[in-house]
Amino acid sequence: MRSSELHLGGWGNYPTYTSDVYRPERWQDVIAVVNEADASGLIARGLGRSYGDAALNQDGGILLGTRLNRLLDFDSHAGIVECEAGVVLGDLITLFLPRGWFLPVTPGTQYVTLGGAIAADVHGKNHHCDGSLASFVVDFQLVTGRGEILTCSREENRDAFWATVGGMGLTGVILTARLRLRRVPTSYIMVDYLRAQDLDEVLGHMDTSDARYQYSVAWIDTVARGGALGRSVLIRGNHADVDQLSPAQARNPLTIAAKFKVSLPFHVPAFVINPRTVGVFNNAYYAKHPARQGVTCDYESFFYPLDSVLNWNRVYGKRGFIQYQVVMEPDSQHRGLIALLEELSKQPQASFLSVLKAFGAGSDGLLSFPKPGYTLALDIPNSGPESIDLVRSLNRIALRHGGRVYLAKDAYLDPHTFSEMYPQSERFKEIKQTLDPDQHFSSSLARRVGLVENS
Amino acid sequence: MNGKVLITGPTSGIGRAVAHRLAAAGHNLILAGRDREETERIVTDLRVRYDATISSKHYEALAFESHREFLDSCCAGGELNGLVMCHGYMVEQTLTENDFRAAATTIDVNYKSYVSLLNDAARYFKQRRNGFICVVSSVAGDRGRQSNYTYGSAKAALTTYTQGLRNRLAPYGVSVITVKPGFVDTGMTWGLLKPQSLLVASPERVAVDIVRAIERRKDVIYTPWFWRWVMMVIRLIPEGVFKKLKL
Repeated sequence: MRSSELHLGGWGNYPTYTSDVYRPERWQDVIAVVNEADASGLIARGLGRSYGDAALNQDGGILLGTRLNRLLDFDSHAGIVECEAGVVLGDLITLFLPRGWFLPVTPGTQYVTLGGAIAADVHGKNHHCDGSLASFVVDFQLVTGRGEILTCSREENRDAFWATVGGMGLTGVILTARLRLRRVPTSYIMVDYLRAQDLDEVLGHMDTSDARYQYSVAWIDTVARGGALGRSVLIRGNHADVDQLSPAQARNPLTIAAKFKVSLPFHVPAFVINPRTVGVFNNAYYAKHPARQGVTCDYESFFYPLDSVLNWNRVYGKRGFIQYQVVMEPDSQHRGLIALLEELSKQPQASFLSVLKAFGAGSDGLLSFPKPGYTLALDIPNSGPESIDLVRSLNRIALRHGGRVYLAKDAYLDPHTFSEMYPQSERFKEIKQTLDPDQHFSSSLARRVGLVENS
Repeated sequence: MNGKVLITGPTSGIGRAVAHRLAAAGHNLILAGRDREETERIVTDLRVRYDATISSKHYEALAFESHREFLDSCCAGGELNGLVMCHGYMVEQTLTENDFRAAATTIDVNYKSYVSLLNDAARYFKQRRNGFICVVSSVAGDRGRQSNYTYGSAKAALTTYTQGLRNRLAPYGVSVITVKPGFVDTGMTWGLLKPQSLLVASPERVAVDIVRAIERRKDVIYTPWFWRWVMMVIRLIPEGVFKKLKL
């Protein structure tokens, strides 16, 4: 199959590499590309929304799955959709929300493919109730390194299932999947806002009242320090019923009215985002969100606020940004989180759009990120070596407190830290070896963290 | 619109995009592809997405003698209102220069198979005195360039054939639309074009133009629109100058 030499990066614009990119239109092309993969390896890629090098393959091959985006079946009784892995989550919403079905789990953008979402075992604002995407994946078909199509579920090829869910594409190419959707009465969310003055207060609210909400997340001010360390705005909600809507909304309760989207035509100069502007932004955000109950919010504004700016990653300029997400084990005194926030607030770099959330139970995915505890996600503008030093020191703090970093957002973990954070990685490697004995699947991330030996 | 629309090459980038567009507009479709499994996947995709009646037929472009029977079977379960032909074949130009089989396949798929099916289709639509025939040709047929002239010559022949066919069927109320896409980001061109280039259009964008041309009963369209002017300039260059250019 013909390939195209393309220079690609992740959503964080760092790092970027040139690769031979294949874009199959047919299943037989997928198998041919897998069989022909050489020592430099192959990795599947969708819309490139992972931030670091998960969907990059320096000097290797990339299988772009975006054309394999066909729907193969919909069971309108059980709400189970079967489709190819290149289907975009946003397409599932526009297709099925008007029929009363919504994604069971959604990450912060709708512009991800289903295959990528399974490979990263994505989570959403409902993790504390529903777990990660894996909970709703009925089964999938995987093209293994042997060029075979393997059906994987909790019953059939169980090991392959739990290695592939969260497995960052390293067990093979997901060809199709069946996903259980969620019945919803409307396309609106009833949202409650609550302000918390410090970390103890926000975590206290999460512990006592998150169970009342299907969706819960807190915006957290990582610039605030001292007594205000961890001040937050809790944003929590449930799917609205028709009788909770205004008469105008209730006329078309499942509307997917497309919102106006803008595109940033160029990278914003780096100086625009600095600790002072972020401090101003954070103060304004905090002030703008007093406690309010029962605000109806359309699904796009609630789940995908950033999608309204199509390439919002350009806000950080050409040098890009480092997206950092960590989950910390629960601890009565929150020592890990406090150490992280103190480290962040004393650094000159600034992060806005930082998010704090309580996770529920983890999945059985060997490399799945979520586990019980609190997750903190933030953007750090890439200002060179000091930003990377900051990430490394955050990683050290995380490791000391039983924390773990999200691979879909990482670009800096080293093999030692990785294997400490992901204790099941050895088991993962054994299963990968049986599915892909000739190491056809590899990525820049896999080599960096030692999941695949450098050849 | 009444009747069904028959699409050849539904697994091609443009063919699939046109099928989506027509199904979304409520047309019932017959998808005629060579690869049965892949054609069937597109059928189910359209069925799940749109409330339209979609079926598939096996179509072998190079089995010329089977075309009449194939067309008869397509008309069997109800009238055909239109035919959209999108199947195609393109390899690197140098391959067609060094291996005659590649050149012959280029001509057979992109020209001879069209003539074969269009002869039968013309008879059908002429008798029916209604309907449309939409043929996807290419800007490559507007002038022979060293980078793509084997493919271009087959498309030039196809363009000329559809001109004559349009002339012949005009009195019978049958419209014949010649579509000339420029660079389109499809499986056929992957690796041959730079997909990020501003000149390269998505198949979905091209399909919007094609369906609009069918609805408005256009004769010849370029898609995206600017190719009309690009090709006008390219055609105006004197041959003495043109032969020295690297296009």
